[in-house]
Amino acid sequence: TGSFVLPGAHGVQSASSASSTKMASGQQWVLVEMVQAFYEAPAYHLILEGILILWIIRLLFSKTYKLQERSDLTEKEKEELIEEWQPEPLVPTVSKDHPSLNYDVVSGPPSHKIIVNGKECINFASFNFLGLLDNERVKQKALASLKKYGVGTCGPRGFYGTFDVHLELEERLAKFMRTEEAIIYSYGFATIASAIPAYSKRGDIIFVDEAACFSIQKGLQASRSLIKYFKHNDMEDLERLLKEQELEDQKNPRKARVTRKFIVVEGLYMNTSDLCPLPELVKLKYKYKVRIFMEESMSFGVLGEHGRGVTEHFGVSIDDIDLISANMENAVASIGGFCCGRSFVIDHQRLSGQGYCFSASLPPMLAAAAIEALNIMEEDPGIFTILRGRSIFTPSLKVVGEVFAPALHLQLEQSTGSRESDIRTLRGVIDYCLERQIALTQARYLDKEERFLPPPSIRVVVTVEQTEEDIEKASSCIREAAISVHQRSQDRSLVTDTASNRQPFS
Amino acid sequence: MTESAANKEADGDTCHRVKPGRNGTVRNRQYRQPKSCCLDEAKVHQKTCNGGLYGRPFIESFEETPMLLAVLTYMGYGILTVFGYLRDFLREWKIEKCHIAREREEQRDFVPLYQDFENFYTRNLYMRIRDGWNRPICSVPGAKMDLVERVSHDYNWTFSYTGRAVKDVVNMGSYNYLGFAENAGPCTNAAAAVTLKCGVGVCSTRQEMGNLDRHEELEKLTARFLGVEAAMAFGMGFATNSMNIPALTGKGCLILSDELNHASLVLGARLSGSTIRVFKHNNMQSLEKLLRDAIVHGQPRTHRPWKKILILVEGIYSMEGSIVRLPEILALKKKYKAYLYLDEAHSIGALGANGRGVLDYFGLDPSDVDIMMGTFTKSFGAAGGYIGGRKELIDYLRCHSHSAVYATSMSAPVVEQIITSMKCIMGEDGTTIGRERIRQLAENTTYFRTRLQELGFIIYGNKDSPVIPMMLYLPAKIGAFVREMLKRNIGVVVVGFPATPIIESRARFCISAAHTKETLDMALAAISEVGDVLRVKYSQPRVPDARRRPFDETTYDGWED
Repeated sequence: TGSFVLPGAHGVQSASSASSTKMASGQQWVLVEMVQAFYEAPAYHLILEGILILWIIRLLFSKTYKLQERSDLTEKEKEELIEEWQPEPLVPTVSKDHPSLNYDVVSGPPSHKIIVNGKECINFASFNFLGLLDNERVKQKALASLKKYGVGTCGPRGFYGTFDVHLELEERLAKFMRTEEAIIYSYGFATIASAIPAYSKRGDIIFVDEAACFSIQKGLQASRSLIKYFKHNDMEDLERLLKEQELEDQKNPRKARVTRKFIVVEGLYMNTSDLCPLPELVKLKYKYKVRIFMEESMSFGVLGEHGRGVTEHFGVSIDDIDLISANMENAVASIGGFCCGRSFVIDHQRLSGQGYCFSASLPPMLAAAAIEALNIMEEDPGIFTILRGRSIFTPSLKVVGEVFAPALHLQLEQSTGSRESDIRTLRGVIDYCLERQIALTQARYLDKEERFLPPPSIRVVVTVEQTEEDIEKASSCIREAAISVHQRSQDRSLVTDTASNRQPFS
Repeated sequence: MTESAANKEADGDTCHRVKPGRNGTVRNRQYRQPKSCCLDEAKVHQKTCNGGLYGRPFIESFEETPMLLAVLTYMGYGILTVFGYLRDFLREWKIEKCHIAREREEQRDFVPLYQDFENFYTRNLYMRIRDGWNRPICSVPGAKMDLVERVSHDYNWTFSYTGRAVKDVVNMGSYNYLGFAENAGPCTNAAAAVTLKCGVGVCSTRQEMGNLDRHEELEKLTARFLGVEAAMAFGMGFATNSMNIPALTGKGCLILSDELNHASLVLGARLSGSTIRVFKHNNMQSLEKLLRDAIVHGQPRTHRPWKKILILVEGIYSMEGSIVRLPEILALKKKYKAYLYLDEAHSIGALGANGRGVLDYFGLDPSDVDIMMGTFTKSFGAAGGYIGGRKELIDYLRCHSHSAVYATSMSAPVVEQIITSMKCIMGEDGTTIGRERIRQLAENTTYFRTRLQELGFIIYGNKDSPVIPMMLYLPAKIGAFVREMLKRNIGVVVVGFPATPIIESRARFCISAAHTKETLDMALAAISEVGDVLRVKYSQPRVPDARRRPFDETTYDGWED
């Protein structure tokens, strides 16, 4: 048969050419035999083989199994789904008595004397620490700038929105802070919120204090980095996290070589009014090779002999802090914010800081006002000492924060039960004081958005413009208010307590 | 265009009444390719082909990049990159002097703050032509401005100021659409009076002690200007987007965003935690497909229905000069029950017979747009942004906007500038100055666009848009153009990658009502001259048969039959 002959034929192929004629006759013989076998084979055999061949072809060319039934929707079904879908309302309705719906209205300048809801008060609410808001020199400089440049800049910094005033302000800020370079933003909130994501990207790690303010939180979120919160001002907790990370890094050194690490803290915390332990932080920085970003909105122009902030307060070299950001909306009493540090760090923001590149620049008159405010701060560093000497004394509410912090939080000694009723109680205190010409405000938060929501509080701001009498008056006023409100709420809580606890056996 | 008509369109029961291809309609691939005939696409096609949705001709052109130029541009970037590597190598071996700021010695062993490749582009490409940007000015950014003269002795690594000024440079770069960037006149006087009375700062947030009565007045006026129930103002235009979108949507919501949306919208969408999907620029087919898919398939993995869908678009796109196809978007939005967030940063004041933005331009009802956002930076010559809409929306924002709770409120003189300029635009100051300026802007826009086209430049965008991008393509021409123009005392803005697609580098002119015809002619003469020198008059005589030209889906052509 063919199967017998075939190996022979192969053998012949590799043999000498002399045997080639023999091979040809052998092949012929096989073919003849095959045809003969074909004729001789019974019909059923041929049919069977035919079927088998067809079957093989079918197996080769057809899908062997069917994918599960496709569940494509028909157009009609799609239309029905679209018809059926009902979105939620764009926004939920806000009740008319929502505590933050109706703002207090300030008429006239928001300075030392302020008219709140038609009543003239002494201002204990605005962050006008140095009283520069209605300083005549500042106003005149702003006015002169307005007469030269108009109000708006009509463009971002890149496209003819850089004014000579901006360059001057940046230079002055750098000089004031004794850093190589400063960069200004047109909005205080956007400053640190843009600076953090300019450096820290996906895959990088940020260690951040739990009490960090909202703009830091937004910056962290925008950076998409890995965020690790440490307990407020707890250096042991921070070190624990850093050690953990160090171990992690040893496991994967290749990844560690490109993972940037940052510590983000506030100098003087907005939400707790206490200082960060900067010297310890700097030690940790060099021990674990982590960079420090510090937000100084509350401490710039407040702490330190020359108002340079927390670095000066602790006597820490400013070069040890990689980036300092602050707004010019508190002590400087203008608008906007700035970052300062070494050029190596700061310059990067000029192309990567979103709030810098994509936003219209700061109106020149506001920059001019800030320059003049810096002039005043440089000329008379005594105001910082005066400011730190001011403090509010109110024994009937819990005072949170350092004594020299210009903005302190007054909390209820004991919560009345719920956040809502606490807020109402504090509002009672504020209204009582407003009646008596002391303007106060609650520290406002977005309850659902804050990572760690601080307890409700009244934020009392002291400024250099307030006199001893003003402060004495405010202290006693708050004390009275707290006592009367406490009394009232205690009465109320007593009533509710007895009502709810009226058990048969009591 | 009335609401009912738009609805009708959405239901798809009017079609082909209008001869396809008539004035102001869109011709795109769908129309010419018989193979795309599935139901939804066919419907969109009817709609986009239907000029009936538009009350006026909608003519937008994006002339296709000539093939040779595209190749040359890529080659240009290729050469720059090769030389970049070469020079990096030379710097590494200290053959070339290195100007890059260095890390402190003490921190050399830290993880590098920047990866080496991150700044490759900045170091080797941007640095060569850095003098084209950030030019400091020392006057009002009006129709003409004074530039601070600066020189660089180290190839743009550092600049030094000579102390002189370049006087009277024609300003084709500032967003001063209605010419309210002025240092004299009623707006300035009002702002000056307020400066003396209130100072410039506020030192508190809106919810705390920073809610001035003037803020509330501004908001009432803005609401009236926009024709909405209520409005709220914020201190920064960028932050208006990035700090309010997160208050409106959250997890389980879908945001459909135009691919060319501004960074602030993108950031806001990202901060909101919603799912973001991007549709092709101004492309209604792409948007409708996303809308349908979103509703039909629900959220990924869980397949729960979306809580809400928010469409983010801009009025005028600042890099393309295109105007949003609002009538079609409104029809889609109604059909699919989505919400619409319209960012009118560039269009408010600059479009429409009354300067009230794209809605005014198309003659649509402001109540159809759920969230009307815009900025005060451009047409009003001030700073800040607003959001307008129904009262419930604004009430909600007053309680939940990040900006209202955490950010310092607007400076009083800035508020005053906006109030006076807005009243002027509305004619409430008893003059016709505002109306006059709106008319002047439209006239200037048409004149400038027509002239540029006649000169043979490729310009992008809508015929009525005061933002006029002019294509340069080659990277070397970016620097050359901006320098040559400054030699002729014209200040222009040039943009390249990454703000534009890599081959589409361009110059951009922003027309102002403050430009006189003489100023514009001066600019045009200079542009034409430089255009000849640099050979950037790329526009090719048009082939009459549209079918021969390879359009992609997003390309709209716009000449009349």
